[in-house]
Amino acid sequence: MKVKMLSRNPDNYVRETKLDLQRVPRNYDPTLHPFEVPREYVRALNATKLERVFAKPFLASLDGHRDGVNCLAKHPKSLATVLSGACDGEVRIWNLTKRKCIRTIQAHEGFVRGICTRFCGTSFFTVGDDKTVKQWKMDGPGYGEEEEPLHTILGKTVYTGIDHHWKEAVFATCGQQVDIWDEQRTSPICSMTWGFDSISSVKFNPIETFLLGSCASDRNIVLYDMRQATPLKKVILDMRTNTICWNPMEAFIFTAANEDYNLYTFDMRALDTPVMVHMDHVSAVLDVDYSPTGKEFVSASFDKSIRIFPVDKSRSREVYHTKRMQHVICVKWTSDSKYIMCGSDEMNIRLWKANASEKLGVLTSREKAAKDYNQKLKEKFQHHPHIKRIARHRHLPKSIYSQIQEQRIMKEARRRKEVNRLKHSKPGSVSIVSEKKKHIVAVVK
Amino acid sequence: MSAAGVAESLLALSQQEELEDLPKDYPLSPSEDEEDIDGERKHQKLLEAISSLDGNNRWKLAERSEASLKVSEFNVTSEGSGEKLVLSDLLGPVKTSSSLAAVKKQLNRVKSKKTVELPLNKEEVERIHREVAFNKTSQALSKWDPIVVKNRQAEQLVFPLKKEQSAFAPIEHVLSSWKARTPLEQEVFNLLHKNKQPVTDPLLTPVEKASLKAMNLEEAKMRRAELQRARALQSYYEARARREKKIKSKKYRKVLKKGKAKKALKEFEKLQKENPTAALEELEKIEKARMMERMSLKHQNSGKWAKSKAIMAKYDLEARQAMQEQLARNKELTQKLQAASESEEEEGDVEEEGELLVPDAVNEIQMDADGPNPWMLRNHSSGTKEARIQDPEQLPEPVAHETPESEEEERPGAEEEILLNEFEERRSLRKKAELNQDTKPVSRQEPKDSSSQEVLSELRALSQKLNKENQSGKQKVSSARTVWVVQRKDPTEEEEEPLLLQRPERAQTVEDLEELGKEGCFQNKEVPRSVLEGQQLERNPNNHPGAPKEKKKKEQMIDLQNLLTMKSPSVKSLAVPMTIEELEDEEERDQKQMIKEAFAGDDVIRDFLKEKREAVEASKPKDVDLTLPGWGEWGGVGLKPSAKKRRRFLIKTPEGPPRKDKNLPNVIINEKRNVHAAAHQVREREILCCLALLLGRNILALCGKERCVILTTESKLFSFSRTGSEMNNSRLISAVLISDWEEVEA
Repeated sequence: MKVKMLSRNPDNYVRETKLDLQRVPRNYDPTLHPFEVPREYVRALNATKLERVFAKPFLASLDGHRDGVNCLAKHPKSLATVLSGACDGEVRIWNLTKRKCIRTIQAHEGFVRGICTRFCGTSFFTVGDDKTVKQWKMDGPGYGEEEEPLHTILGKTVYTGIDHHWKEAVFATCGQQVDIWDEQRTSPICSMTWGFDSISSVKFNPIETFLLGSCASDRNIVLYDMRQATPLKKVILDMRTNTICWNPMEAFIFTAANEDYNLYTFDMRALDTPVMVHMDHVSAVLDVDYSPTGKEFVSASFDKSIRIFPVDKSRSREVYHTKRMQHVICVKWTSDSKYIMCGSDEMNIRLWKANASEKLGVLTSREKAAKDYNQKLKEKFQHHPHIKRIARHRHLPKSIYSQIQEQRIMKEARRRKEVNRLKHSKPGSVSIVSEKKKHIVAVVK
Repeated sequence: MSAAGVAESLLALSQQEELEDLPKDYPLSPSEDEEDIDGERKHQKLLEAISSLDGNNRWKLAERSEASLKVSEFNVTSEGSGEKLVLSDLLGPVKTSSSLAAVKKQLNRVKSKKTVELPLNKEEVERIHREVAFNKTSQALSKWDPIVVKNRQAEQLVFPLKKEQSAFAPIEHVLSSWKARTPLEQEVFNLLHKNKQPVTDPLLTPVEKASLKAMNLEEAKMRRAELQRARALQSYYEARARREKKIKSKKYRKVLKKGKAKKALKEFEKLQKENPTAALEELEKIEKARMMERMSLKHQNSGKWAKSKAIMAKYDLEARQAMQEQLARNKELTQKLQAASESEEEEGDVEEEGELLVPDAVNEIQMDADGPNPWMLRNHSSGTKEARIQDPEQLPEPVAHETPESEEEERPGAEEEILLNEFEERRSLRKKAELNQDTKPVSRQEPKDSSSQEVLSELRALSQKLNKENQSGKQKVSSARTVWVVQRKDPTEEEEEPLLLQRPERAQTVEDLEELGKEGCFQNKEVPRSVLEGQQLERNPNNHPGAPKEKKKKEQMIDLQNLLTMKSPSVKSLAVPMTIEELEDEEERDQKQMIKEAFAGDDVIRDFLKEKREAVEASKPKDVDLTLPGWGEWGGVGLKPSAKKRRRFLIKTPEGPPRKDKNLPNVIINEKRNVHAAAHQVREREILCCLALLLGRNILALCGKERCVILTTESKLFSFSRTGSEMNNSRLISAVLISDWEEVEA
């Protein structure tokens, strides 16, 4: 008698290697899976919850400075190297992977006002309250050598900021005027002034490298052209701008950190209205830095927190704070777009993840796939109220929270008043000024 | 030094300062005009000369004096006159001398010129400079615009952004100034040039290229001949087709048709002999085609053409004949029905009762009520729909009824009318009988395809959402006051919702977050009905509530049904395919095939109608019965409160406002807000975003490993939306889905 055996093709049920998942046969007929979408929704919900649970952005605190950290600089070639200048004139170079200080220099007397690295990463420049500009070698002195600057330029006035050109051996300082220096000379190539107030920060445009932006304490932002040695335009805001930062991906966009708790993103070709007003801080914004992708930027504020804003949103997507962090004076986004560093009043430099719930380290392919899938799910269901609510939730210290409440009330009152005034006045006599235009006092040609 | 000397030197210093604007090479000599202090100065000089005699102070300060206005050059002075020197004064003495004519001319020219305007002040100049520079820079910057826009709109950016690979080019191309310099190089290049060897591209010489391009002569000739033949043939066929197309003779057409049919038959017979299995298949095909035609109801004499013919039939012999033919075909088709297939049996036996010619209207309604699947039929023109809404009794009777055997002879009009009347009577009878049976199809439910049900509800929900959004959008626009209109216009003013929800509490565990979510859903109370609502429609398993007594109402109901499930009458004989519609039919058949696959054995529309009926019933306000059995009378098992009492205590609730979907047969509008659903529904504000998302991809599209499921669902959706033109406002969605589908296909 012949017996017919049931036989299956082993390709259909045997996994290729032991590391593979067991193959589970699945019938893809949609009629058999009527709850596919609801199931996906639940998955998205869980992913969102887990994201919040794993949102632990704080990585490390670098301590060692003996005074508040006043300025930070990234190394253009090495991701792990960071330079910081403190209020006691000390400059420290840190190794982020070891989280240790690798070099300490007593660079200036008084504050280190500004620090910047040369584009090649071989040396860096500092300016201080002692009216000097100093160039230092990035590598430490050899055995027996003394720690000495490569060059020292004695100036007549205090320099408050410095920035290096992105491609050439040229740097710019600011103080009473904006000076453009050749590295080889001891006197500026050209100095540009417009008005008589002290300029607090100057920044080179990373794309159109001849462009400069600066902000002065008479509430204005001035743009300069290095080639033509002339200022271009000036915009006067309501309050003082502390610093500006150019978008590294869009040549004409820059963001200004203002004293009136807001940040303003400008298109430099149309300065009369900012492209976006970013508000969420509850105290003066002291520093701003763009992510290398140009999609987001981070801002440091006097309200002891740092916030991450998408460029095209007026509200922040993330807020970082710790109990011990005081007024944050400077902030930088690392060149790999993964981390954020901030230096604050209480002498520490803190390292944060740019993406709060990101898993560090090498991911296996399956982990990566799961991450991508969850990301997609979150994006797909982001507008559903449950999910939205969870994704948006942030803990805030009481001081900031109460400040926000207070300011909300104030804002509402102002709005109400405006509406009332409009209601009770002759039509056409009162006009509503938009939020964007409200803060611009004038544009000077 | 003496005090006087010191004073003197100070004076000299101050004078020197005054003099600074003067040209440097101005001779600072003591001028003869200053006689009064001359003596003193001489004396001073003398003193100095004496003091310098001792040798240790040889260096002498330069002599400085006060600047004088009347310093003369070239000995020309305007002294005495006290006036300015004018050019004409200078020119006066020149007049006489002829040798200086050229100089004179020049001077005259100078005289006639106007003075140059004052230069702008410094600030003004700077401002202009700045403006020019700014314009230049902003122009230079706008070259980045396309890149920036591209980056902003990109769905995703991968960093580092890719650098474009520089194409490899020979050095001669890159460096235009490169030349052979060394003698060896020159020699080599000379050789190359002489032999017409390629210098830059070392692949083929021009000769080689030419030879490659050239073809064999024979080959070329053959090819040419071939081409010629093809062209001639084509033109010949074209001309022939054109000629044939122009023939208007009906006889010719008829003969042609018959010839074709005969040919087909012959072929079929031949096939039967040779290859019975193939023949069987062919037969099946024919049968299928026949079924299709049968379903298309083209020969039901209710089309436009048939109607016009019916009118004409009284007077025109040909028209009458055509009608008869049509009727015969219809009969043929319907008679064969019994044997056709199992699925149509029910229809068949109903029709068999009639035995005689079954009027098409009856047929149609029959089909409407319990046809296999209304999706299988074509969409219909709105004109016929409207006709359907009328009572079937009032339907214009388009058919001229004649038996096929009376084809040859004419009949007087009166006879026909009698026939017509008779016919109508019979038809109405039939209808009544049929109505009594009508409850049957509802209870006899076909097995439901749950997935397609879901698809339907999903789509319905979407269409609802769209509807609502349109409405709300309109309302917003209309109700907004001027204030807010102004504010709306400015996008900046728009209050952007904070991206973060900042609170002083920490949510650390999943449980906390769960709480959060719940809290959230209670917070947003203004959630509108949307996506999921459609799925939340309650479904009562009750059967169709209408009682068979109320015939009139019943009919209306059916008509409403028909509205959706109507089909256009179309007829096509299988043996003789209609040449005109062949192409179209093929397309349709394809589509039908697809639809058939998608909704095998499932009647979505009837389900929908049922659902709607139930929803309407459920939403009706219910009367409140307050009778207390046993109050004021005997109560107990089997005793009912008296009618009077019941009447007294029955509170009739007033009829609510008419349902919004009263006049929308294919829409269910549920105005109740479902709290449980609302927690998971997307808010109105975000619907726009959602829609934007939707435009990119399907809402049902899964994004996980199960993605291949999507394709099948999509195909269903696709076909559904294509045929479901009755879905209100589903146009957008269907467009989206179609595009999706096209992508999938590609």
